[in-house]
Amino acid sequence: MKRPIAFLVVCILSAAHPAQAALKVVSTTGEYGALAAEIGGNRVSVTTISKPTEDPHFVDARPSQIVALNRADVLIEGGAELEIGWLAPLLEGARNGKILSGAPGRIIASEGIQLLDIPLAADRSQGDTHVAGNPHFMLDPVNAKVVAEHIGRVFTNLDAAGASTYKANVDSFNARLDAKLKEWTEALKPYSGRQIVTYHPTWRYFGRRFSLKADTFLEPKPGIPPSPPHLAKVMQKMEAENIRILLVEPYQPRKTAEAVATKTKATLVDVAQFPGALPGTTTYIDLMDTVVKRVAQALAAK
Amino acid sequence: MFTMPIRVRKPLQAAALLSLITVVPVLAVARDAKPAPTAQPSPTPLAEPTPILTDPGGATPVPQPAPVIAGGAARNFLNLSIDALLAGGGSTASDVGRLQTGGHDPSQRGFTVQNVETVLEGAVDPYFRGQANIILQITPEGETIIELEEAYATTSSLPKGLQIKAGQFFTEFGRLNPQHPHSWDFVDQPLVNGRIFGPDGLRSTGVRMSWLMPTSFYSEAYVALQNSQGETAPSFRGVPGETLFGNEIRVREVKSLTDMLIVPRYAASFDLSDTQTLLFGASGAFGPNGIGENARTRVLGADVFWKWKPTNAFKGFPFVKVQAEWMQRRVSTGADSNQAFHDWGSYAQVNYGYKAGHVLALRVDRVAGDTGVAHEAALTPRWRVSPTFTWFPTEFSKLRLQYNFDHGDAFARNEHSVWLQFEFLLGAHAAHKF
Repeated sequence: MKRPIAFLVVCILSAAHPAQAALKVVSTTGEYGALAAEIGGNRVSVTTISKPTEDPHFVDARPSQIVALNRADVLIEGGAELEIGWLAPLLEGARNGKILSGAPGRIIASEGIQLLDIPLAADRSQGDTHVAGNPHFMLDPVNAKVVAEHIGRVFTNLDAAGASTYKANVDSFNARLDAKLKEWTEALKPYSGRQIVTYHPTWRYFGRRFSLKADTFLEPKPGIPPSPPHLAKVMQKMEAENIRILLVEPYQPRKTAEAVATKTKATLVDVAQFPGALPGTTTYIDLMDTVVKRVAQALAAK
Repeated sequence: MFTMPIRVRKPLQAAALLSLITVVPVLAVARDAKPAPTAQPSPTPLAEPTPILTDPGGATPVPQPAPVIAGGAARNFLNLSIDALLAGGGSTASDVGRLQTGGHDPSQRGFTVQNVETVLEGAVDPYFRGQANIILQITPEGETIIELEEAYATTSSLPKGLQIKAGQFFTEFGRLNPQHPHSWDFVDQPLVNGRIFGPDGLRSTGVRMSWLMPTSFYSEAYVALQNSQGETAPSFRGVPGETLFGNEIRVREVKSLTDMLIVPRYAASFDLSDTQTLLFGASGAFGPNGIGENARTRVLGADVFWKWKPTNAFKGFPFVKVQAEWMQRRVSTGADSNQAFHDWGSYAQVNYGYKAGHVLALRVDRVAGDTGVAHEAALTPRWRVSPTFTWFPTEFSKLRLQYNFDHGDAFARNEHSVWLQFEFLLGAHAAHKF
């Protein structure tokens, strides 16, 4: 028991307050944190609640996050119910008027985004559906531009002294993203109309942007574990329609995906939604670049 | 955020080391929308990208209304859910109620409607958030009883880290007491909670102030002021006519502030590493009791909770959670300042979520008290061991199998019970505190 106690002591002594920044930003998931860091530069400090490799639907509402939220000037969440199971108790504990819903510091990234997969009815027999729509919209880079503008606007509202910095950073981000978007579109153009299989409906926006059909899933319904009959059907479809690429994310059951890939001779591609989850991806553009390259490579090989 | 370099390579061993067992059901959360059917416009071609919200005027940033969908916002002023907790099973004890100390525990051979809970919650206005938990239960006699378990408001954003809660609420003492039965890790409540706080837990009407301290780690101090009488405060003024350590509880009026129930608590938490979090607390409950003119009761408690979850957890699994609580009660008779009864108890539990939706857990319970009051059979030493297996098909339903081994000095023999519990949740998505 000696070590845990030593730990505690180290924790207490070493936990310094974050360096003084004009704005303290908390993001629910990593892509918003990465964007905030890029737009805010050294005027902001950023804390991200979820880890880039964990299932964003199920995050622990750890007390340390209450502290971060209590001191935050800005909270960026995706909205669209991705954070529904863990954000509310954190906010209740945080008691911070600056980031309550409707407050100037609250950024709901899905505002202004056209969401896909809005169910006709709220019906959980169809799996764990999000009434607001599919929350994985940041995998379309055009949506990232909308969110970057949104973040820049809120930062400027709250910290007028940084207005020129924020504007320059948003412009620079958009310019770099536009250039990359051309590159990515070129890279994936040869495979236009091809199908890809994913574990969960995470890649719908990505597929739409790059003209890949991403509507075959190992999950029979969102959030429902794959059943053998469903997997058999998916494999049959993969054989019949010559689908040879299967995307898997860091937290998804890799064994299931591997089994399907082996049986159908498909290429298993490791992808992720959040910067930091793949090696060498600290920024949003890094992440998308890596994902596009991996997907293009896998499609080229088949 | 501090990130310590240490990881638990053998979570089970570490858990054993901490010598405990359990907690909180799966963190709930929604999955994605089904891709079809949809009420969605067709995909935007790249040539005409989704309109980007820039201010046409140029320089001034303008708050933007959502042209399409405002994500995150609830569409009702009130979130409503109904959670049903049912159990069935049997026991070698014909009088199951004698073994069980909780009002929501399985209470008979056969089936028990443990707890059907309606939760209503939402923002009251910009200043308060409100919640009410209304419980329905069916007694062994077939009577339906209704209970206003909680109905309170909390402030949304007081300055200086302060928060006030007011209304009828579970007293924030220890870890388990403020939790509702559906979020427990076992079919029944720990013996010590039943003995010291009664079958329904310590709850009453009053106010509570809490202060999130300006420390770099999580550190929160609470103090509650609540009514000290009634069947949900049996260690205090309780219900006249009932007994406490063999003494009859008499009517006792509130004459000063010290005749109220006063409950301070302190809790702190540390992220030991990317994968481990520790939370611990100390609580006290102080108030008058009804067995004498100046009689007073003091309950002290300590609780610890530790959780390990890897950085690539799927649906919140795998995980290991360890939780333990200890409580001690002193009940003075008031007649002679030296005369007082004491009892104490503790439980330790470990939960191992070994794969998505599957949890194995073990709890060990122990209660004991002063030997001088052995005539009060309900206070004699006893212990219980409860292994369980829980399966969560989704975060909206669960099936739990539990075995209880009961040994008590007042029992003629050891008793064995097996319970199967089923839960379903309808309505608003539940979110769980850590």
